[in-house]
Amino acid sequence: MALSAPINQVFADEEAVVYSRNTVWSRFRKHKLAMAGALVLLLMVVVAVFAPKLAPYDPNAIDNVHWQGNPLPPCFQDATQCGAHTLGSDENGRDLLSRLMFGARISLTVGVAAVVMELIIGTLLGAVAGYYGGWVDYVMMRITDVFLSIPLLPLLLTLTAIVAASSSKASLGFGVIVVIIGALSWPGVARLVRASYLSLREREYTEAARALGNGDVRIMLRHLLPNAIAPIIVQATLDVANVIVLESTLSFLGFGIQPPTASWGNMLANAESNLEVAWWAAVFPGLCILVTVLAINYIGDGLRDALDPNMR
Amino acid sequence: MILHNAPGGGLGPYLQNPHITQADIARLKHNLGFDKPIYVQYVIWLGHVIVGDFGYSTSNSEPVFSAIVERLPATLELMISSFVIAFLIGVSAGLFAAIRPYSIWDYFITTFAFFGQSMPVFWFALMMQLAFAVHGIPLPGGYQIQLPSAGISSGDTFDFGDRATHLVLPAIVLALLQVALYSRFMRSSMLEVIKTDYMRTAWAKGLNFQTVLFKHGLKNALIPLVTVTALTLPGLFGGAIVTETIFAWPGEGRLFFNALGQQDIALMMGYLVFNAFLVVFFNLFADVAYAWLDPRVKYD
Repeated sequence: MALSAPINQVFADEEAVVYSRNTVWSRFRKHKLAMAGALVLLLMVVVAVFAPKLAPYDPNAIDNVHWQGNPLPPCFQDATQCGAHTLGSDENGRDLLSRLMFGARISLTVGVAAVVMELIIGTLLGAVAGYYGGWVDYVMMRITDVFLSIPLLPLLLTLTAIVAASSSKASLGFGVIVVIIGALSWPGVARLVRASYLSLREREYTEAARALGNGDVRIMLRHLLPNAIAPIIVQATLDVANVIVLESTLSFLGFGIQPPTASWGNMLANAESNLEVAWWAAVFPGLCILVTVLAINYIGDGLRDALDPNMR
Repeated sequence: MILHNAPGGGLGPYLQNPHITQADIARLKHNLGFDKPIYVQYVIWLGHVIVGDFGYSTSNSEPVFSAIVERLPATLELMISSFVIAFLIGVSAGLFAAIRPYSIWDYFITTFAFFGQSMPVFWFALMMQLAFAVHGIPLPGGYQIQLPSAGISSGDTFDFGDRATHLVLPAIVLALLQVALYSRFMRSSMLEVIKTDYMRTAWAKGLNFQTVLFKHGLKNALIPLVTVTALTLPGLFGGAIVTETIFAWPGEGRLFFNALGQQDIALMMGYLVFNAFLVVFFNLFADVAYAWLDPRVKYD
């Protein structure tokens, strides 16, 4: 195995251009759990996109006909609910299933948007640091050190609390959450990009690109980025999962997405006090988070195996 | 620095008090230096921190430093017990998985680790409360596991039994993520060690199973775990905030959470600085420990 590696490398370099997409896909397909994760995530995305069509009720509507102060039980506990509130209702008489569907929109959008922002900042700073090296690199790495030494959740909580308090509106738009999470979580990506740029800039093709008269920006984006993309994709996938957990934690603690907008996190905020009467209101939103995050983590794992077998 | 942009300029708790007049507010603002520009305030605050003065908590009416120190034992109690649980379970699970790689047990442990990493801490806490505190787990013979969901009942006197029963749930909740990480790292680290020449030599010498595995294998496989432990610390603080808030544990996390709601800037800043300090300290500690445990590592 170890002996054949260099030979594989030679072939890989020659054939990479032609076969890369096919090999990645076929390797990914072999990872059964990653495929299962991809299916689950696809389902979640479809539900999130078509939430207004699929949801049986308006997520914020209170069922005044059936609700009498206590959360309505789900279908498998009370058969009369089967046609109506399949997963029961929350403590305010709102349909749980509809709220979960709309919550999926929030969680997935925040996850993807914050990671896109994190990628833009992290890739740019990491590329500059790795490509130029020297004092630029030194300064930037010390900045990432500072960011990495402060625990993320307390800092996020502090910032969202401050922003929430200083905005005149009662509700905190999810754009603010996205910007704050994105602005604080880039150091991981920056380090990754820097590490690959440090080695890539010494390669012959970089030298060749420079000799042909390409500018620094063009070399960084056009010649180095495609070669550094594999670990970035893996990291970004795993970060989507992390961001979803972060957002739901913030919302649970009351500093994220504000009610009445449904998010999986803030649906759990009141669940603790209703734990004795309505277990379903506490179980289902968390289950959604767990399943989604698990699916994305397995996809990330599968991508890691598929994109770079040597990374494990 | 950003913290000072909050409305009320750090006087939030006072503004809510109806007995305080506009004139008092102006006087307080002047006394506390809130009428100065933000960067001046920041420099003054920094100067105070360097000499150990973290300012005065407006919501707790006590110096920030003493508020933090007062809650430290409770947090340490929680963190250390969760760490011990996580370390024991994580290391033995990882070791077990590495001895029989790709067996059914290995798959079970790896899957569990994935679950542990994906589990939102607050939801796991809620589920533990639901299972053990609200309903209770019935045991054969009419016994029931019923654990208290929150708080410590005896405030002044130290009652070991009471402390321990209250500690179980939050410690397990805080341990879950660590168990997942430790078992994964332990597995890969042990798998690497098993392949080494000195392990083969040990087997070839005819040493018995335990000696090879524990004296030669485990000892070396544990070294990388020191770094992992230091790296999980920032996450542990985040987890502690959630866990302490849900289980009403009187530690740093809940102190900070209350400060957030009250816009108690001095306390928030104090907590963040304190945490950053601890993280840096433990990273340094881990580096030193690493060099001590592994003589091959040398620092210039």
